[in-house]
Amino acid sequence: MHASLRRVYWWLIAPAVLLMLVFYIYPLIQVLWISVTDPVPGLGNYSELIDRALIHRIWMTTIRVCVITTAITVVAGYIVAYTMAQVGERQRTWMMFCVLLTFWLSVLIRAFAWVMLLRTQGLINTGLQELGLIDQPLRLVRNEFGVIVGMVHFMLPLAVLPIYSNMTGIQERLVSAARGLGASPWVAFKDVYLPLSKPGLISATILVFVFSLGFFITPALLGGGKVVMISEYIQVSFEETLRWGQATMLASTLLFSVFLSLALVARFVDLKKVFGAR
Amino acid sequence: MKKDPRVVFGRCVVYGLAWTVLAFLVLPMIIVVPVSFTDQYYLSLPKEELSLQHYAAFFEKEIWLAATLDSVIVATFSTVMALLLGTLCAIGCWRLASNAAESVRTFMLTPIIVPTIVQALAMYRFWIDLGIMDTYFGLILAHTLIAIPYVVITVSASLANFDVRLEQASRNLGASTSQTIRWVILPSIVPGMLSGALFAFTISFDEIVVALFITSRNVYTLPKRIWDGIQDHLDPTIASIATMLIAVTLALLLTELWARQRRRARLTARIEAGEG
Repeated sequence: MHASLRRVYWWLIAPAVLLMLVFYIYPLIQVLWISVTDPVPGLGNYSELIDRALIHRIWMTTIRVCVITTAITVVAGYIVAYTMAQVGERQRTWMMFCVLLTFWLSVLIRAFAWVMLLRTQGLINTGLQELGLIDQPLRLVRNEFGVIVGMVHFMLPLAVLPIYSNMTGIQERLVSAARGLGASPWVAFKDVYLPLSKPGLISATILVFVFSLGFFITPALLGGGKVVMISEYIQVSFEETLRWGQATMLASTLLFSVFLSLALVARFVDLKKVFGAR
Repeated sequence: MKKDPRVVFGRCVVYGLAWTVLAFLVLPMIIVVPVSFTDQYYLSLPKEELSLQHYAAFFEKEIWLAATLDSVIVATFSTVMALLLGTLCAIGCWRLASNAAESVRTFMLTPIIVPTIVQALAMYRFWIDLGIMDTYFGLILAHTLIAIPYVVITVSASLANFDVRLEQASRNLGASTSQTIRWVILPSIVPGMLSGALFAFTISFDEIVVALFITSRNVYTLPKRIWDGIQDHLDPTIASIATMLIAVTLALLLTELWARQRRRARLTARIEAGEG
């Protein structure tokens, strides 16, 4: 290609890149900068990560909820994707339909529906009480149970889609061959199918974990102030106490954790594939 | 080969589990529909009769309609901007096909990875400096930035299937860059642009975290009203909005499935005609 032609194509890229640099990257750098300069220059804000028990607890809650959510989501997503890869065209279309409908529906609406179902006077509690199965309403919301239910619900499509798309490339003949050579159904699955589906499984795990770490809406609504994860605490420390130093420090730490998780897994998988850039 | 009973049993268990998971996925949507027709003044299933009062509340109350209008305005403008910038960027990266262009494309994905709360905080600070807090322009700019990566991804995906030689042929026949883009590249990436636009619109229409930070009174989007409604007293109007949104999502999804099936049918017909 001629140099002049190359320049034309760079001009196509330029507006988007400039916009991103000025209005997205620069503000992010500003956050990092404030975290080490406000109220006084230095790593004072970061020492809270070590010193303050409250912040320890919030990070522990965040990591616990994220790990549990990721584990449940990936296992459940694998089961759905595996079934989709096995059943006939008609049933698969229906299953895909359920997944895509959930995927496209507003996050806020889904969180709302779960609050409606799970709260003390919610449909599940009143239903169970009318059936006489329980006397006291169960505590289903404003605790980690509620948060995890909502988060798994949000993350499931994000797990099913990459796992399934990987499975469509697996040759079923390989499993048949293993069976023909005398492997039991379980061994054929475990030693042949599972390793072949590992790329999709890893992609799903990364996606779900990374998105869970910074998730705000569902934990804030279903946690009801009782289960405070890092994202919500950033909002609280910014809106209620106006402590910019602390808020930006936590935001920077969250950003680093996300990039660190990605950097760790980038050694094993091609991240561009995970995010669909290829 | 005779079916091994263990296989049959195992398969039934797995399929059963899969459908249970899917039931869990659609359960909230199925419940919210009857609740929206409740005759009560609080969130519950209809007791005596079906009622449209919560739909009426949505269409009669100024705040809900104004919020919907705000959301539509913001989503429309940010979709157009994201589509324009994202498509051009994807075309440029695809045609240059160098390592640098590849890095640019990866760089454009940043907003997907950065946690929403972090970007909201960052924008809040910078938007104050720029003096665009609580303006339509400010929110449209923010949503454009968030949506660009999705357009870049979907358009890049459809460009991956596009034959570069068509573009070269067009140039050899004397077309300029803009003519080539307009008449050769664009038509073949329309499906990618459409799904990118759909992504952009949905993301903006649904976005709440950044909106909570950078808007207050002037711009009040639908998600912000819904957020308030959930926090306050679980306004049943939200159930009617939820039902309408489910209906729209359903309609879009069905259209998409139908279009895909038609494309496939047409392709099969063409192949058969060609062979016959």
